Amino acid sequence: MTDASLDPTDVTGDAQFGDYFALLKPRVMTLVVFTALVGLLAAPVAIHPFVAFCAILFIAVGGGASGALNMWWDADIDAVMRRTAKRPIPAGRVSGSEALGLGMALSGFSVVFLGLATNWLAAGLLAFTIFFYVVIYTMWLKRWTPQNIVIGGAAGAFPPMIGWAAATGSVSVEAVLMFSLTFLWTPPHFWALALFMRKDYDNAGVPMLTVTHGRRATRNQIFVYTLILAALALATGFTSAGGPLYLTVAIVLNAMFVKGAWEIWMRDELLAETDNFAVEKSFFKLSLLYLFLHFGALLAEATIERAGILWGAA
Amino acid sequence: MSIRTTHEIHTRRFGRNLGLGLTLAGFIAVIFGLTVVKVQGLEYRQPAAGTVTVTDTEADS
Repeated sequence: MTDASLDPTDVTGDAQFGDYFALLKPRVMTLVVFTALVGLLAAPVAIHPFVAFCAILFIAVGGGASGALNMWWDADIDAVMRRTAKRPIPAGRVSGSEALGLGMALSGFSVVFLGLATNWLAAGLLAFTIFFYVVIYTMWLKRWTPQNIVIGGAAGAFPPMIGWAAATGSVSVEAVLMFSLTFLWTPPHFWALALFMRKDYDNAGVPMLTVTHGRRATRNQIFVYTLILAALALATGFTSAGGPLYLTVAIVLNAMFVKGAWEIWMRDELLAETDNFAVEKSFFKLSLLYLFLHFGALLAEATIERAGILWGAA
Repeated sequence: MSIRTTHEIHTRRFGRNLGLGLTLAGFIAVIFGLTVVKVQGLEYRQPAAGTVTVTDTEADS
């Protein structure tokens, strides 16, 4: 590389505050905040509202920090992919080193302050999540194996467990169930995206399942993972975390999700091209609703149970 | 030539500086609030019988 070369990671534009905020992946942060909040509120331990607010804030900042570090490392891939080409680093508004600095600083900040606000188990889990997402997923798995989404999904699954640990200081079966729900939800969600984003991952050289094993294999895998996810989601309804309301929501959503996965499985590429991947896109949208409503139902169950205890005591 | 107090670059960076300022103010508010909550949450503990306190020591002298 010469001095005259244009390296997108080293171009510094006039970044606005919003560009630095965009480095934190605010849309992903929404999911992190919501699932962590459910984990925290579903825990059978009362926590001061302001401490709870701080815990969620620091978990969100930790998630954002890992997003910034991911964008720093993946700037070359982001520049090639249509979906990510307008991100602050490939667009030249923020330099790679700025993203690295921001990510490292916010990582340290979020872990230390979560530990001080709640407990060091929650802080340790947050530190491990950042490490897992940045080092294990971004630096290692993503460019190496088509199982990147499957294993890397663990990083996105930790927030409810961190929220639970922040409230209770421990990890229980309910926290593990919430982790598993997000963990198993991740592959069908991202593989549906990979199906209709089509050439993006091919061009970037990311070994997504669609690239390494083909689109037929991806459709098969979506269906298999959806069945496993549905079994877990329904089984959760019979544990201490679930209840009649959760079970009702889970039955309806999983019926819709399995139906969507079945339709994806039954389709071939010609049919998908004809309607511009309408089924795959609708399955992807449903997957977002699926996770939010499952966690919403878990939160509702915990609230109902707590209200019942309060009424019983009154 | 008159001295321009506000250069064009200052205008462009105003949004960034404002955002950073508000973030720092928010950070201070969070730490202050957390400190108040943590201090209020500390349980007041009576010294056990026979424990020598600073007040006792001062009274003996």
